[in-house]
Amino acid sequence: MWHDALLVAGKDLRIEARSRVGLNQVVPFAVLVLVLFAFALDPDQDVLVKAAAGLFWVAVLLATLLAVQRSAGLESGDGIPDALRLSGLDPAGIFLGKAAAVAVQLVVLEIVLGVGVVVLYGVDISGIGILAATMVAATIGLAASGTLYGVLAGGLRVRETLLPLLLLPVVAPVLIAATRASEAALTGLSVDVAPGDWLGLLAAFAAIYLAFGVVAYGTLLEDS
Amino acid sequence: MTAPVQPVRTSTASPLSFALGVAALVSLGATVALGLALPPSVEQQDYSRLVAIHPGLAWASYVAFGITALGSLLWLWPRTRHERWDLLAGASAEVGAVFTALTLATGSIWGRAVWGVWWVWDARLTLSALMLALLLGYLALRRVPGDPETVARRSAVAGILASLVVPVNHFAVEWWNTLHQGRSALQLTPSKSVDGRFLFAMTIGFLAMTLVYAWLTLHRVRMARLEQGAAGKDLDQAIAARRAETQPATRPATPVPSGGVPSPGGTTLRSTTLGSTS
Repeated sequence: MWHDALLVAGKDLRIEARSRVGLNQVVPFAVLVLVLFAFALDPDQDVLVKAAAGLFWVAVLLATLLAVQRSAGLESGDGIPDALRLSGLDPAGIFLGKAAAVAVQLVVLEIVLGVGVVVLYGVDISGIGILAATMVAATIGLAASGTLYGVLAGGLRVRETLLPLLLLPVVAPVLIAATRASEAALTGLSVDVAPGDWLGLLAAFAAIYLAFGVVAYGTLLEDS
Repeated sequence: MTAPVQPVRTSTASPLSFALGVAALVSLGATVALGLALPPSVEQQDYSRLVAIHPGLAWASYVAFGITALGSLLWLWPRTRHERWDLLAGASAEVGAVFTALTLATGSIWGRAVWGVWWVWDARLTLSALMLALLLGYLALRRVPGDPETVARRSAVAGILASLVVPVNHFAVEWWNTLHQGRSALQLTPSKSVDGRFLFAMTIGFLAMTLVYAWLTLHRVRMARLEQGAAGKDLDQAIAARRAETQPATRPATPVPSGGVPSPGGTTLRSTTLGSTS
């Protein structure tokens, strides 16, 4: 399973590295979202600093949709689903590999967006440790749930419109928890619930969807 | 056009569902009567009467969500896999979406009167709104056409996926809104603040909404089964009519080609019928 996961993750990341769709399109899109938020809210830095954590994670969610769609799109071309099934790779390995590839892309994106938040919104990062932990936990959850929904909607003609409707309500707790957990680190404001609890919630979310993906990805592959 | 091969079932009623329907109607009538007879409370005035229906609606929406998850699970489990579980999950989600929307609507009306706003980011409200979004997504996915087996499989997985997030959502919105309203009169637990009459009306409301949910879902399942049958039947009839055109003198139109294999739904399997034509 782990070997297959590495193979699939390596393949997806190589495709991304060569096509540069993520770097040339998804990352600029996410940065653009940050700029649009600034237009929508206020040139006043105070508002932006207060909302920075939420805006950061909304931008990540929107970019996740694109990354997931792209990841699923790689496997939904002519005969590729059949080839994937005939390849003899462990479905759990395929799932973990694809999720890992998405997660790596998201981490890169989050680092760029983090710099963007600091530069554009004038945020002072105070707790780098908690921020990094939040990023890791949230990213794993987003990648796992996104990969599952990506393959679920992947073969459908209406996937562009259906995927956001399916995925966004599911990742709503990730948005809530990640925003609250990173709020303290980004804005220096005190929070009611300790970041540790939110991290626990993010970890639980990631664990649930990883476990489900490992068990059910094979069933989903039969479908597409 | 030829006559149908076998008598088509046009009603979704049965003695059991009729009895269920009567029970649902009677308990719903009782809820309305009891609810309207409730005295207006000091703080909430007439709006306190919403207690007769709102908690029942919310309860039924949770039941619907649970049944959808259960139906999905039973379909996915190879030993219990049967078309009926898929239909049940779909029907329950449809009825559940209606109940969830009604829960939000009645809650909003109550909130406007008592809190002064249509919406507050209260934990339970937010959770209900998210559940409605999950149900709508699930139903949108179900509506994407495809081979019945494929549709059933992806619906079942989506049903499970959506239900997995509900507990996480619950904690997220509870913690997120640490200032949320304490458990108010809209709660099943009897307390000094709740008059016995309110509690009684509310309990009947729970019963009524559960029965209405069960009745609607039962009929929706039967309806879905008829729809499936009708989808195949139209094609069969069209093929039979086309054949009748080519052989007008030798043979009268035969509605079902001899090669046709009857499916459990009482219709002819499409692929076999088409194969025998070519």
